[in-house]
Amino acid sequence: MTATATAPVRERAWEVAASVLDPEVPVLTIEDLGVLRSVDVAGDGAVLVRITPTYSGCPAMDTIRADVERALAEAGFARVRVELVLAPAWTTDWMSEAGKRKLAAYGIAPPQTRDHSGVVSLSLSLRCPQCGSPDTRELSRFGSTACKSLWVCNACREPFDHFKAH
Amino acid sequence: MSTPQGSSSPPLRSSDEQPCGDPASLARYALCLGDDALVMAQRLGEWIAAAPQLEEDVALANIALDQLGQARSLLGYAGSLMQPTRSEDELAYFRDERDLRNVQLVERTWALPGGTGSDFGVTMARMLIWSTYQVELYSRLASSADETLAAIAAKAVKEVDYHRDHATMWVLRLGDGTEESRLRMQAGLEAEWGYVEELFDPSYVDQGLLANGVAVDPITLRDPWNSRIDSVLAEATLARPEVSPARGGGRDGIHTEQMGYLLAEMQHLARSHPGATW
Repeated sequence: MTATATAPVRERAWEVAASVLDPEVPVLTIEDLGVLRSVDVAGDGAVLVRITPTYSGCPAMDTIRADVERALAEAGFARVRVELVLAPAWTTDWMSEAGKRKLAAYGIAPPQTRDHSGVVSLSLSLRCPQCGSPDTRELSRFGSTACKSLWVCNACREPFDHFKAH
Repeated sequence: MSTPQGSSSPPLRSSDEQPCGDPASLARYALCLGDDALVMAQRLGEWIAAAPQLEEDVALANIALDQLGQARSLLGYAGSLMQPTRSEDELAYFRDERDLRNVQLVERTWALPGGTGSDFGVTMARMLIWSTYQVELYSRLASSADETLAAIAAKAVKEVDYHRDHATMWVLRLGDGTEESRLRMQAGLEAEWGYVEELFDPSYVDQGLLANGVAVDPITLRDPWNSRIDSVLAEATLARPEVSPARGGGRDGIHTEQMGYLLAEMQHLARSHPGATW
C-alpha cells in the first residue's frame, strides 16, 4: 500500500485503539492516559499498535493489549500486532488535560509536580476532588494500584485516591 | 510473570531497536540484574498481610510489584538474546539455584541472626541499601549505549527513587525514634551490612560491555551510594556498621541456605503444572 492509501486506515485504527478504556480507571481512555503511543500500518498490511506501561509492573498491560486487539478485530481490522515499548519512559506529563479533568471528576486527584530538593521528595499540596479544599494530607504513599497514593481531606473528611506524579 | 505461560507476552524490545554488543555477554548482564529484582520481589511478597500496619502491607506489595515488573523486562530481554531464546517465565521458574545470578543481599529471609520471625528493621535496612544502589545503577544505565537496557532503566529509576524515599522515611523515623526503635533499626543495619560489598564487585560485568558503554561499572556506584547512605544514617542518629563482608558469590550461582526455600515456593506451581494457564 502507498502512504496515501494507508493514511485513512491508520487514522481509523487510531480512533478505535484510542477509545479503549483503562481497566483500572475506566473513565480514562488509553489515549487520555498517554499509554497509546502510536498506530501504524506495517509493511505486511497489519495494524501495528504501540503501548507503553505506566509502571514496569503494571498488571493492566495484559488487559489493555487484549482490549486493543479485540476492539480492532471488532472494527474489521483482520491483522493486528500490539507491541509494548518503554522508550521514552511514560511520565504523568503524557496524561492529557482532558484526562486530568476526567480523573478529578471521577474523584481521583490528578498528578502534580514533585519537589525533589530535599532528602525525601514531597508532593505539593493537593486539592480534595470532592470539596476542592487544599487542606488535605497523605495517608499512605502507596495505594490500591501502583500509580496511586491514598489521601484524606481535612475539610470534608473524605478519603480519596491521588494519581501520583511520576 | 502474570501467567505461567510466558510465550503469551509480547517482546519487550520494539521492532526498531537492535541490541548493542555481544549478545551472550549482554544476556548474562541483563540476567544478573533481572535475577536481583526477581528475588527481591519474591522475598518482599512475604510481608503481604504480615506488615506492622495495613498501609505498609500495601507499600511493600507495591514495591514488590515494581521489582517484579523490572525483573520481567530484564529477564524477557535476557531471554530474547539467548540461543535458543527463552521466555521470562522459563528463566524465572525453570532454572535451579546454581543458575540464578542474584546477589545474596536480596535472597535472605528478613530474620535477625539467631531470630526466626521477619523483622521490620532488617527489612527497612535492606530496602535502604538496595534502593539506594538501584537508583545509582538505573540512573546511569538509563544512558546505556544499548537502547533496550536504557529504556528499562529510565522507566525503573523513577520507581526505585520512590522506594528509596519510603525506606529513608522509615529509617529516619525508627532511627531517630524511641530507644527501642533505634536499637532495632541499628540491629537491622548490622544484619544486612555484610552483604553490601557484593553489590559493588565488578567481576560479573564483561569488559567489552563496559568498554562500549552498555553496562555500568559497579565500582562507580560506590561513592554516591556511600554519601547518600551516610547522610541518611547521620540524620537518623544511626552508626555506620563495621562488619566484615560476607563471602559473596551470588553472581556465580553460590547462594545462602535460605535461597532453596525461596525458589521452592516461587517455582513449585509452575513446575508441578508445566504450561498451566489461568
